[in-house]
Amino acid sequence: MYHTGNMVKELAEKHGRKRESLMPILQEIITKHNYLTDDAMVAVATELDISAAEVYGTASFYTFLDTKERGRNVIRVCKTITCSMKGKNDIISTLEDILKIKVGETTPDKMFTLLETNCIGWCHKAPAMLINDMPYTDLTPETVIDVVKGYMR
Amino acid sequence: MKNKGLTKVDLIFESTDVRKVMKKAFEMTSNEIIEQILESGLKGRGGAGFPTGLKWKYTAAEKEPEKYIVCNADEGEPGTFKDREILDKAAAKVYAGMAIAGKAMGARKGFIYLRGEYRFLLPQLYVELHKFHKLINEIGYDFSIEYRMGSGAYICGEESALFESIEGFRGEPRNKPPYPTVSGLFSKPTSINNVETLVTAMMIIEKGAGEYVKLGTKDSRGSKVFSISGDTPIPGIFELELGMTVQEFVNEFGDGDTKAVQVGGASGFCVPRKKFSETIIGFEGVPTGGSMKLFNSSRSMYNVLHNYLEFFTEESCGQCTPCRVGCQQLYKGIEMVKKGESKSTYLNELVKLADTMKVASKCGLGQSVGNAFRSIVENFREEIIY
Repeated sequence: MYHTGNMVKELAEKHGRKRESLMPILQEIITKHNYLTDDAMVAVATELDISAAEVYGTASFYTFLDTKERGRNVIRVCKTITCSMKGKNDIISTLEDILKIKVGETTPDKMFTLLETNCIGWCHKAPAMLINDMPYTDLTPETVIDVVKGYMR
Repeated sequence: MKNKGLTKVDLIFESTDVRKVMKKAFEMTSNEIIEQILESGLKGRGGAGFPTGLKWKYTAAEKEPEKYIVCNADEGEPGTFKDREILDKAAAKVYAGMAIAGKAMGARKGFIYLRGEYRFLLPQLYVELHKFHKLINEIGYDFSIEYRMGSGAYICGEESALFESIEGFRGEPRNKPPYPTVSGLFSKPTSINNVETLVTAMMIIEKGAGEYVKLGTKDSRGSKVFSISGDTPIPGIFELELGMTVQEFVNEFGDGDTKAVQVGGASGFCVPRKKFSETIIGFEGVPTGGSMKLFNSSRSMYNVLHNYLEFFTEESCGQCTPCRVGCQQLYKGIEMVKKGESKSTYLNELVKLADTMKVASKCGLGQSVGNAFRSIVENFREEIIY
């Protein structure tokens, strides 16, 4: 869990306090912390003068606006058809082995969350995944280990 | 009909003097620009294929002083990745296309809605945008563009869901009419165009509609950027003249063992080998936003359909019942047939359900699920059952 502190107030100063400011504010919290706490959502509601249910209702619609606790690095492996055909399952099992978690889980040290996601637009270089915002493509069980190790340091 | 064969072209990515094209456009009247686009026969490159000139004409006709041009960069259709490449390699042309569209319909403000999966591109896109704003300032024209990001919702590629998302709401499609040209973003007249459409429109202004209509066929003018993936030795992004048959496409991109091509992504159509030579890729045959996925004989079409239905079940916004429940029932239905829990004739009931979704769903998502469902079940029925 992170402390909301002044963050939401500062983001409201930056993006404004209109309804259309909601997505940019939530997205920037995600960029910083990878998920939205109840505290953060209530603070956004207060700043924008809308109900907290509106904030949660909007956030929960979007896959990337997670409202469950996530690790510092969120791994999203593409599971749509081409990646699936080109060895997505091997990538997932390699990741599960080295991180010692299952899809949907977060490592105890809160460093990694492993998720599956729908098409991320790299079908010509399948299998592919995102770590936070960065895409990694043409993955093999060998290269995916190197990629993840780069985030362990 | 005589088809055109397969011809590679390079218009979208070739380097262009965008300053010169914009200056040319700004000296034209709104009507002259729209006439050129209408004459070119350009249809939307996102997949739906609405005539771009008409969209601009309807938006231009609105009296409201505040109007918007929105660039739809929420490319989420499985198998589509060409808009990322266009933004990566030719962002200046996208921005110029928006300015020209703005001039045509009287919009001074543009928004680009970029899918969250492409956020890593933002820093370089802002560098290009800064150059564009400087350039348009030098030309002495009043037009600006802002980015808005998506957050991983396929449905936000639907135009009215995209507006809802920019406005800060759940990305649930609106009822139509009113259409965006009358009441779109922030309830103002809005033209929303795909990334590639805007670049193509810019190119038409540069070269003239007369040059452009030399490419393609009567129903599918010009060229198109294709995203090619699956069982092919050369996956990637290719710009091809419209009018080729699936057979000609497979001859170039297949691995020698192609049994089916899914044209237009999960919401598109599956073309089996026996129909390759009679099917034209374009609006006269199978329309596509550019997604072309090849499957060879080692692939189970059950797995393909199952994967698509899982995708739709997760990405349906859940607002209307035909789509929300329909996707779930199709998904469960083919599993039950596969496991032998339902008779194979149950597939006929499922096809009826897919047809109902086509007429009863509120937006393109639910209306399109039946395309893949029907074309895969009809052509590969034995693979679904056994």
